[in-house]
Amino acid sequence: MIDSFVIFTNQISRYIIPFLLVSIPFYGLFFKKIKVYELFVEGAKDGFTIAVRIIPYLVAILVAIGMFRASGALNILLIWLTPFLNFVGFPPENLPLALMRPLSGSGSLGLLTDLIDQHGQDSLISKIGATMYGSTETTFYVLAVYFGSVGIKKSRHALISGLLADLAGIIAAVFLCQILFGDSTISQGNHKKQMTYFQGLKK
Amino acid sequence: MLNYIWFGMIFISVIVGTITGNIDAVTQAAIDMSKTAVDIAISLIGIMALWLGIMKIAEQSGLIKIIAKGLRPITLKLFPEVPPDHPAIGSIILNMAANILGLGNAATPLGLKAMEELQELNENKEIATNAMCTFLAINTSSVQIILPATVVALMGATANQIFITTILATGFSTMVAIISVKFFEKMKRFSYPQKGKNHD
Repeated sequence: MIDSFVIFTNQISRYIIPFLLVSIPFYGLFFKKIKVYELFVEGAKDGFTIAVRIIPYLVAILVAIGMFRASGALNILLIWLTPFLNFVGFPPENLPLALMRPLSGSGSLGLLTDLIDQHGQDSLISKIGATMYGSTETTFYVLAVYFGSVGIKKSRHALISGLLADLAGIIAAVFLCQILFGDSTISQGNHKKQMTYFQGLKK
Repeated sequence: MLNYIWFGMIFISVIVGTITGNIDAVTQAAIDMSKTAVDIAISLIGIMALWLGIMKIAEQSGLIKIIAKGLRPITLKLFPEVPPDHPAIGSIILNMAANILGLGNAATPLGLKAMEELQELNENKEIATNAMCTFLAINTSSVQIILPATVVALMGATANQIFITTILATGFSTMVAIISVKFFEKMKRFSYPQKGKNHD
């Protein structure tokens, strides 16, 4: 039943954008008799200014993230954390993704692809990873873009709340997947393999 | 806080890069990423223009007001500072709808529009209001009921299995976002400064 439901929702999602593009002007033109073409152009003009306004904020955030990744600091953090993670039952293979997810969308998608490649679609690790990816967002990017577009410099509690939400999503992903799909094969005593996996991440 | 995190990342990168001998890669990453930032912004222009144009029609035809009215009970709870008939509410709702339906491309322009409208209600244009923080936190908690197309593509047939776990996990993270935002906004550390006090 779930199978057909997922296919169904994904089929629907294909038609949402075309539906919006046709129904909104249709409503305006035939029900309200407004000049839809002129209004569209008027609204579209703002696209340029907003996009250009976020550039400095994007540069600031993305440069810091890029440097952090390239320096190898992320890998060192992972190697340090592995024994602790084994202890609390968090699969260390999923840690790179968990750490990367708030920072970079393309980076975390790359890690997820790699994870599924290495462990297979049916593995618990891949399921946890995909759930993690789907239930969290690139918090730093969203913060930079959204606040940057209006020139907000003091973000107050937005960052900590966003990161807490990510953390909640990550923990929930691990917990739920272990309950629903878990067998005991989860990376216990698999230390050597993990280390080689982390070495391989060094890009 | 962002000041320290931002500087901390750059500082650690340079130190670690020097020790591990990756310093050239660090330099290269800094240059590459500044280019990437501009590429992202430029590629946003077209999509932004498309959705802001459609939004304008939706706004002028009164569609947004109709939707906003229907969801008033929820938005009043989440954004008590925003007048219920303010245009920002309409944009916030449409942004969330786009996120829920997995329309990432449509969500960003709508979200930026919502931010702009929330900024109109802001007294100090450099400091985020409670409503802005709430909106942002909900956004970053990734509310959605349709799996991202990328995940479906990567997971193949197994995507069906993670459908439930993703919805539950994202629901939990959204709940944490709302609770934590409502909790932190009352704390002195994060309070909206009344007379130009410096918080970060």
